[in-house]
Amino acid sequence: MKRALLAALGLATGFAMPAIAQDIKVGLLLPFSGVYAALGNDIEAGFTTALEQFGSETPATFEIVREDTEVKPPVALAKAKKLILQDKVDVISGIVSSGVLGAVRDMVHGAGVPLIVANAGNDEATGEACSPYITRMSFSNGQVNRPMGQWMYDQGIRKVYTLAPDYAAGRQMIDGFVQTFTAAGGEIVGQEFTPFQKTQDFGPYMAQAKSSGAEAVFVFYAGGEAISFVKQYDSFGLKAELPLYGSGFLTSSLYVNAEGPAAEGVITALHYVPTLDNPANAQFVEAFKAKTGRVPSEFAVHGYDAGRALIEAVKAGATDRESLANALRQVSFDGPRGALSIDPATNNIVQPIYVYETIAGTDGLTQKVLAQLPAEADPVNGCEMAAPVSN
Amino acid sequence: MSLDLGFWTLQALNALQLSMLLFLLSIGLTVIFGLMHFVNLAHGALYALGAYFAASAAAVGGYWAGFVLAPVAVAGVGVLLYSGLIQRMRKSGPMAQVLVTFGLIFALLDITRIVWGDLALGLEVPDLLAGRVALLGVEYPAYRLFIIALGLAIFGALAFALSRTQIGAMIRAGVDNDAMAACLGINVERLFFIVFCVGCALAGLAGAVAAPLLSVTPDMGLQILIPTLIVIVIGGLGSLKGAIAGSLIFGFVQTFGAVLAPQLASVLIYALLAAVLVIRPVGLFPAKG
Repeated sequence: MKRALLAALGLATGFAMPAIAQDIKVGLLLPFSGVYAALGNDIEAGFTTALEQFGSETPATFEIVREDTEVKPPVALAKAKKLILQDKVDVISGIVSSGVLGAVRDMVHGAGVPLIVANAGNDEATGEACSPYITRMSFSNGQVNRPMGQWMYDQGIRKVYTLAPDYAAGRQMIDGFVQTFTAAGGEIVGQEFTPFQKTQDFGPYMAQAKSSGAEAVFVFYAGGEAISFVKQYDSFGLKAELPLYGSGFLTSSLYVNAEGPAAEGVITALHYVPTLDNPANAQFVEAFKAKTGRVPSEFAVHGYDAGRALIEAVKAGATDRESLANALRQVSFDGPRGALSIDPATNNIVQPIYVYETIAGTDGLTQKVLAQLPAEADPVNGCEMAAPVSN
Repeated sequence: MSLDLGFWTLQALNALQLSMLLFLLSIGLTVIFGLMHFVNLAHGALYALGAYFAASAAAVGGYWAGFVLAPVAVAGVGVLLYSGLIQRMRKSGPMAQVLVTFGLIFALLDITRIVWGDLALGLEVPDLLAGRVALLGVEYPAYRLFIIALGLAIFGALAFALSRTQIGAMIRAGVDNDAMAACLGINVERLFFIVFCVGCALAGLAGAVAAPLLSVTPDMGLQILIPTLIVIVIGGLGSLKGAIAGSLIFGFVQTFGAVLAPQLASVLIYALLAAVLVIRPVGLFPAKG
């Protein structure tokens, strides 16, 4: 009798479950080892924070399958295949490196699995290699730096020397800035691309920048190279005579404390800093701090907004791969970064850019926002795809 | 561009500074190889460990605590490696040694990541060396001058120890012909052990010295390994003269390459390496003639 009752109960719940709430299976494809492990961990923490915070807004439940890309394109491709074919995930999110994004692009596009990019910024991903299944919630390399050209010109700066590591992202970041700075009437008096991750000493390049007659230096460096660069720039005493500007990754809140006082006074532009003054950000910073004990970085906000976008898509009625991909392209909400939307022509995010100065705060370095530059959609860059179906 | 004398002085100092940093690293590797015929690819990982030890110690007791502690701690790691692995691998041939120490790189890399986390650490330049010094008409960071001075001091000390002291004579005898040295009553195994520990300590010192200049990341050892190998291949394996010559060549080619032919900066040194391997495969100043 008891056994029969249990069996009936089991059957009843078994049948009832799918009717009450659907289960969305999410594949998180991030580097948890290798040079970008810190970024992967921040993005994952942001993503799960969003699910905890907004998950109750929809009856759907989310199941996460995490896979480590090791920042190696072939490994990432194999993991993407596993997520799609074996785990049968409804949606994939993550991807830190542009190289990895390039490797998995055809796989997710061919299989029709929606991918929410939570970092990788190469311009082509939402340009000529765009896909209706790939939606980017992070940034594009050009987008972050383009507004800075006009802004620096408006500050009265006319001659700039640029430096960046010699790889695709470095060139795209600098190109974005150079385009608008020269269009505004500024002059690039010198430009150098340093061997990527092979440069220990930036001294030779700094001496060249100094003798170039520039009024300011604009650079892009990230991670370990950013720390070395900012410290060496300060050690030569260049900050006073040749102010340092750059892409905001240079003084990211993730590692600015390793740069120490050398980072004070550096002015950069980025789509997110943890000190933004809006209620959504206050809520995010508090939740993220409670979870990790750290201030969220721009990487954490990518993960957070990727999770939020997924929930918004589900709330709009999406249930499977096809409808999720379609709904993700139409997501818009006010997040910690301000008003976000997706450009239907490229599937890239449209977001404001913030100019900020790194200053000494009560405990460690903090960011002082100097200006909010308006959100602009990227140029289409050869992207051709059908508009999303509105429902 | 106004390229005056000051510009070139500055670049020469930059080159010298990079050379000395590489010298601290390559001298340990090359002497270990010269004496023991043992290729220790994990040398770069020991340098990274040195930087991490220095950063941790500096957080408690200031920069100089790290500066003193890092070489000692890395030498301690060297003792463990020697007694645990390297002693057993002594007779197993270069291929097995390369594979084991190559594996060690990744093991140590993950250990640093587990212990210290994925985030890069920073280490401040000590107050004593924080400013800049006017020298030969240019303002140069005091800390970089300190690196140059330290490199030259270590070079001087090693040159003196190798050529003028009894233990130096024993080491030279061991490099030249270890079987004969053993016959003359020199405890070659113990000599090897001492040299290995000193080499490890120098790697740790290089890590501690490099930490305020660069960032302390788990993969810093991997990034420095290739330049170090280039230095000892160009200079010639096993000799002090080779290590200093190789370091100077690398530092100057890298720095002035970046200034004069930036597009070729990353290729130049490899082209030079290839040229040395073709024309003089043993390097410029090999330990044995």
